[in-house]
Amino acid sequence: MSVQSALKTRRAVKIRRGLTIPILLLIIWEVSSRTGLVDPRFLPSLENVFLTAKRELIDNNLIGELSISLSRNIAGFFIGSIVGIVFATVLALSRTADALITPSFNGLKQISLLAWIPLISIWFGFGEQAKIVFVAIAAFIPVVLNTYEGMRSAPRDLIEVGHALRFTPLQRITRIFLPSALPSIATGVHLGLIYSWLATVGAEYFLAIGRGVGSLIIAGREHFDMALVMVGVFILGLVGFALNRIAGAAEAYLLRWRRVVE
Amino acid sequence: MTFSADTVSSASVKSRSGKKFFTARRARRTAVALFLPVSLTLLWWIASDRGWLPEQILPSPAYVYSTMIEMIGSGEILYHAGVSLRRVVIGFIFGALAGLALGMGMGLSRRVDDYVRPLFLAFAQIPTLGWIPLLMLIFGIGETLKIIVIAKGALVPMAMNTAAGIRAVPADFVEVGHALRFSRWQTLRLIVLPGAAPAIFTGIRYGLTHSWTALVGVELLASSEGLGYLLVWGRQMFWLDVVMVAMITIGLIGFAMDKSLDASENYLQRWKKEGAD
Repeated sequence: MSVQSALKTRRAVKIRRGLTIPILLLIIWEVSSRTGLVDPRFLPSLENVFLTAKRELIDNNLIGELSISLSRNIAGFFIGSIVGIVFATVLALSRTADALITPSFNGLKQISLLAWIPLISIWFGFGEQAKIVFVAIAAFIPVVLNTYEGMRSAPRDLIEVGHALRFTPLQRITRIFLPSALPSIATGVHLGLIYSWLATVGAEYFLAIGRGVGSLIIAGREHFDMALVMVGVFILGLVGFALNRIAGAAEAYLLRWRRVVE
Repeated sequence: MTFSADTVSSASVKSRSGKKFFTARRARRTAVALFLPVSLTLLWWIASDRGWLPEQILPSPAYVYSTMIEMIGSGEILYHAGVSLRRVVIGFIFGALAGLALGMGMGLSRRVDDYVRPLFLAFAQIPTLGWIPLLMLIFGIGETLKIIVIAKGALVPMAMNTAAGIRAVPADFVEVGHALRFSRWQTLRLIVLPGAAPAIFTGIRYGLTHSWTALVGVELLASSEGLGYLLVWGRQMFWLDVVMVAMITIGLIGFAMDKSLDASENYLQRWKKEGAD
């Protein structure tokens, strides 16, 4: 009981402390924009931002824009991570594939993600296809790197056990390599989810035809509508946060067997 | 630092034996590794030679090569790369130092962590790219904007990894420090920082990668010079050869940064090897 109450107070302290700076910042924000200390074009009042959010939500179908961005994100993410896991499994388990492909992959990976956008836009246009390809590449890279790393560091003992038990190649993959690489794969997929959201935003900024939250922000910037930009950026953050949480929960669930070992 | 000997010995043995088989094995490996790029380039060459795809979609490798030589010769590529590199270095240094300070604060003090972490996490949720339009409104499209965006790219991974690294230093080690009556400074310098060093290096590595990505992003959106600008410009003119040369340069610089980080990481952590020997 006492441990529980100690935990409770600890939690309360944490929440109180965590809220202190944000609340202070909000107060400073409100005061400085109300008193005209800062040009309201640069720092619109909270009320203004709130009204903009309301307007976008109710009149301008913000949810619609968001779902467009999200479906792009998810489509690209699934394509990229599934292809990535398969690709990395092949690289990690086949010596030939590893020697042939891994160096080239490592070379291509050096090219910063966003630098692909002009090329993609020439090859795939500015439409949905180009955006999803880009998001998929963004998810693909971290998934491959982490899956590969995880499979390569499968414990030697386990591999030997597999030999001793005369596992078929498929059995070795499903019983030894995949389970022991699972934590790394989860990390890769988690990173892939974050990167794919970044890429979704990037795709909407740079392949600026069509709708979505990113396009909304770009429009806000073009009209010098700081409140709209803030709403958009806030939503980007919120989605990023939600995706991160979901990935974290999924990871914890999938890896729950590890806790027993520890 | 004898306690690290066991965990690292296998790695250093590998590198020692790797040196012995250096030449023959390496040459074969390189040859195999080059097979794919060479055959792809061949396919590319055939494709453009036979006109399978229009020139605007896939210029011939010879054309891209001659553009590259031309752009190197005229100093154009060097100029743009220099502009980009300067931005990254300045932004990265600011961001990494701020991230290191923040991460150490969060890792060492529970109080600082409580106060700062929620806000920091909220801040980190928003992709660096997301901030660009907002910052453009405030700072315009000048150099300040670029430095801030690049610094932000480095700050988040740096702070996260530093904090996590410090947190992950085993309590036993810190207790050893207590037993030896280390001062706070000694504990920090001799136990916590060496323990957190690999994580801090991970932070530097991710930070530099993020800075580099952020640079390309900010240059794509708002720039009149630099490699990102070269990409946009080539794209607008439908000069795919220029786009490809810019991409190759971006990749090469990214690769060089990665390698030099590797080298400095090995150098800074050479004590691990000494322990193992």
